Amino acid sequence: MTVRSILEPAQANYWLMQGQTLFLILHILGVACFSYIVAKRMTPLLRGQTDARWDRPWTRLGMVGKFWLGQWKQPRYRCAGTLHLLIFAGFLLLATRAFTVLIQGVSANFVMPGLSGEAGHVYGIITDYAATAVFLCMVIAMIRRLVFRPARYEVPPQYGQARTADAIFLLALIAVLMAADGLLEASKAAFQTQQGQPAEFLAVLSLAWMLRGALLSTSLPLLQNLHLGSYVLHEVTFFFLLCYRPFGIQFHVETSLFSVYFAKLDRGTLKPVRWGVSEEHLDEVKSFGVKKFEDFTWKHMLDFYSCADCGRCSDNCPANAVGRPLSPRFLTRKAREYSFQHYPVLGSADQGPNLIGSIYSEDEIWSCTTCGACEEECPLLIEYIDKIVDLRRGMIDDGNVPQSLQKPLKAIESRGNAYGKMEKKRADWVKPKEFQLACNVRVLEGEQRADTLYFVDSITSYDDRMQAIGRATAKILDHVGENFGILGAAEKDSGHEVRRFGEETLFQALRDHNVEAIQATGVKRIVTSDPHAYNALKHDYKNMPPVEHISQVIAREVKSGKIQFRPVEDKNNVYTYHDPCYLGRHNQIYDDPRDVLDAIPGLKRVEMERSRDRSFCCGGGGLMLFYEPKEDQRMGVKRVQMAAEAGANVLVTACPFCMVNMEDAIKVAGLEGKMTAIDLAELTEQQLVRKAPAAVEAAEVAGMQQEFAAGR
Amino acid sequence: MTVEILVCVRRVPDTSENEIALNREGNDIERDDLVYSINEWDNYAVEEALQMVAKAGGNVTVVTVGGDDDEEILRREMAMGANHGVLLCDEAFDGSDGKGIATILKAFVQKGHYDLILTGVQAEDGGAQVGGMLAAMLDYPFASLVNSIEVRDGKTLKIGREIEGGNKEMNEIDLPCVLSIQTGINEPRYVGMRGIRQVASLPVPTYGAAELGVEAGAVGASGAKVKRVDYFAPALGKGARMLEGSQEEIIDELLELVKAKGGLK
Repeated sequence: MTVRSILEPAQANYWLMQGQTLFLILHILGVACFSYIVAKRMTPLLRGQTDARWDRPWTRLGMVGKFWLGQWKQPRYRCAGTLHLLIFAGFLLLATRAFTVLIQGVSANFVMPGLSGEAGHVYGIITDYAATAVFLCMVIAMIRRLVFRPARYEVPPQYGQARTADAIFLLALIAVLMAADGLLEASKAAFQTQQGQPAEFLAVLSLAWMLRGALLSTSLPLLQNLHLGSYVLHEVTFFFLLCYRPFGIQFHVETSLFSVYFAKLDRGTLKPVRWGVSEEHLDEVKSFGVKKFEDFTWKHMLDFYSCADCGRCSDNCPANAVGRPLSPRFLTRKAREYSFQHYPVLGSADQGPNLIGSIYSEDEIWSCTTCGACEEECPLLIEYIDKIVDLRRGMIDDGNVPQSLQKPLKAIESRGNAYGKMEKKRADWVKPKEFQLACNVRVLEGEQRADTLYFVDSITSYDDRMQAIGRATAKILDHVGENFGILGAAEKDSGHEVRRFGEETLFQALRDHNVEAIQATGVKRIVTSDPHAYNALKHDYKNMPPVEHISQVIAREVKSGKIQFRPVEDKNNVYTYHDPCYLGRHNQIYDDPRDVLDAIPGLKRVEMERSRDRSFCCGGGGLMLFYEPKEDQRMGVKRVQMAAEAGANVLVTACPFCMVNMEDAIKVAGLEGKMTAIDLAELTEQQLVRKAPAAVEAAEVAGMQQEFAAGR
Repeated sequence: MTVEILVCVRRVPDTSENEIALNREGNDIERDDLVYSINEWDNYAVEEALQMVAKAGGNVTVVTVGGDDDEEILRREMAMGANHGVLLCDEAFDGSDGKGIATILKAFVQKGHYDLILTGVQAEDGGAQVGGMLAAMLDYPFASLVNSIEVRDGKTLKIGREIEGGNKEMNEIDLPCVLSIQTGINEPRYVGMRGIRQVASLPVPTYGAAELGVEAGAVGASGAKVKRVDYFAPALGKGARMLEGSQEEIIDELLELVKAKGGLK
């Protein structure tokens, strides 16, 4: 028997053409095709608005390390996340192998520099296992999509058709690629083994190893043909996949790196109306917000390409959960389809219709509470709030605002609060006699000075129920010896929701007014009991003294010992803490409120399944209280049911808007008498061990004497 | 065809954003701390005019009888899209009754050429008089409580009117005419500060009695034949009743009550 070596694809003749030439042509064609498609896909980005994403390169590289390379968010979904981690790691490991195989089509004996000898063998073993893992993951993923069908992949009828076939096709292609690679190796190894030649070692139990085992008794000519054939299969599949990716979710393989690098870095902030246009020049901007597709920034368009349609955003979206006509996943998907349609790969771009009324409905865009659950979950850090706000800015600019929102907006414009209440009554919450005896709250006007400003904001100032939160906050500040005051009539709504509802001009007027009023007081720091005001002062306002939420103050003073708690009276109560979106997700204050609760002796606390960064929005604050959404159920009702499921009967929160929604929800859910809601400040004040009870009593006695003297 | 539309508007204390209290003399409300806005009905009228013009072409002019403070609402309606705003302002106009206002408006209407004149059904602080009187003075046809308008040709409109009991009647009305517009006819668009700022530099012409050719004695306090003699908040009557008991009991009792009063059959 004559010993001959296997013919490599580059050396073989395919029909009339030498392999080398054929593959060179295919390579060039494939790359050219891919480049053309990508260039076409970049067209809208070039027509999009500017976006400031070129700063802080080191931070951005850190983001890439954590969220792209480290796949940080993936394990939040255990099964899909693990699969993705394996596939992603497999792809990274196989990248060098893939390039080597491609180059070998042109140059048979090519070895990647650094991978000759021992290193090459080790890398070979690693890639054998990587390819096997990816192959198995594809099989499992296909079974998941076809048999187990996780609910978050389903497409509700209003959003078009399910893409299961598409997903399966894609998974199958990758599986074929892995199999072709394995076959390429296995056929060669089997050939060499039969010929008694030294063969490349194949990792035990890997795909290639198993294929080689199966091929050991196959005839040499067939093995030769399998070797050449599997290369063609690999080549065709590789370039087909490459060029197919920019047509769907699989494009994230290329774009995710850029999406993560250019991701938004500052939590709690909103993008300006136009990047690069200062506020003084805003009047010259003809149109505000996003009306047509090209009004999106290039980064936001890139987001549309990067979305992998994994459904995690919508799975966590409270609006989606209660049947509002909003699903972040489809917000992105519809935009992607719109861009594919109006910026086609073949043919020229055309001017598509305005987005509202074509792919988006008004209710869809108003349905968002900006709670941030979608952004928290997205493995690729895709942004939603900025897009929603930009779309709202566009609607506000066109006058396209629901009547239910027009009244409160108008009231904020003329009175500084959404309720249309008189400015001079803004400090009325301090007036109840018992409160004034216990705690004297000064209004910082004229000569009145203080170190700390308590920024109360509208709802706590005017709403009968929420005023109790204001009084509790004031008593706590008083108890810890804070020298503080309030703005009173000089305070206007923080404008936090005004801005998030897209009314930028009104927001700026409110902000300018408040900034001036705050600066006039000369305070050194600000405390607020309203997370929305907290977020506004911290992120939307500029040049403010340090701002704290009352829960931070309480937590600090519990540690310092200034605040001490009496044990809870009713030991049967079970407490749970609901994270307000603008305290938790947007500002990462998760532990302070919990530390405070845990410092109260005898308080039994349980966690809801959705807590901390997976907290479920209560229904939204500010203007959202006025909006009449189309929904099957209230978010708050879902939330109090979650608390009940966790076994809690006292729901603690730290936001006046959460309080409104929770108390309403307790009634609607029929839990009245079974569950109560209380603000952290109220609970703190209630359990407080008074510094000098005698002094308070003395004051009370003095008050009674005064009343007696006045002849009442 | 195009329509030239005049909308008569009025600035009123905003009832949802004020706490209305009587003044010490008891002849008016305390006006120191009030915030004002456009009369709600008038806002619907302007929106309707804008929608008609958007379909048929033409111009919308908003006009008000008042002082410098009232220019604010003209600007707001111009920010909505009205092409022109006109302020009819003269000391002689102060204290006009409904007929006086109609007289002033009539003089202004006759200075221009309008196919259609819209007013609100009523003003929040008024008496639903001006529209009808203006039509009579102009000898134009008039329809009140209009809650739909369809532009047919250059000569007629098809209008719907709200009838007591929730019914609706359809009418054909000849142009030029005066219509008083009911709320709910449309959904007025939102106007923010930005919109108002954008029209801040547009001119708002002002006409006085002399320019309009209005005889000063016929309008204003001297010409008023209706004078307010008292102003008060009526004493609260009886009739409110709190239902007590469990939720089910309350619902049952409520149902009984509604049935007894003929609300449910």
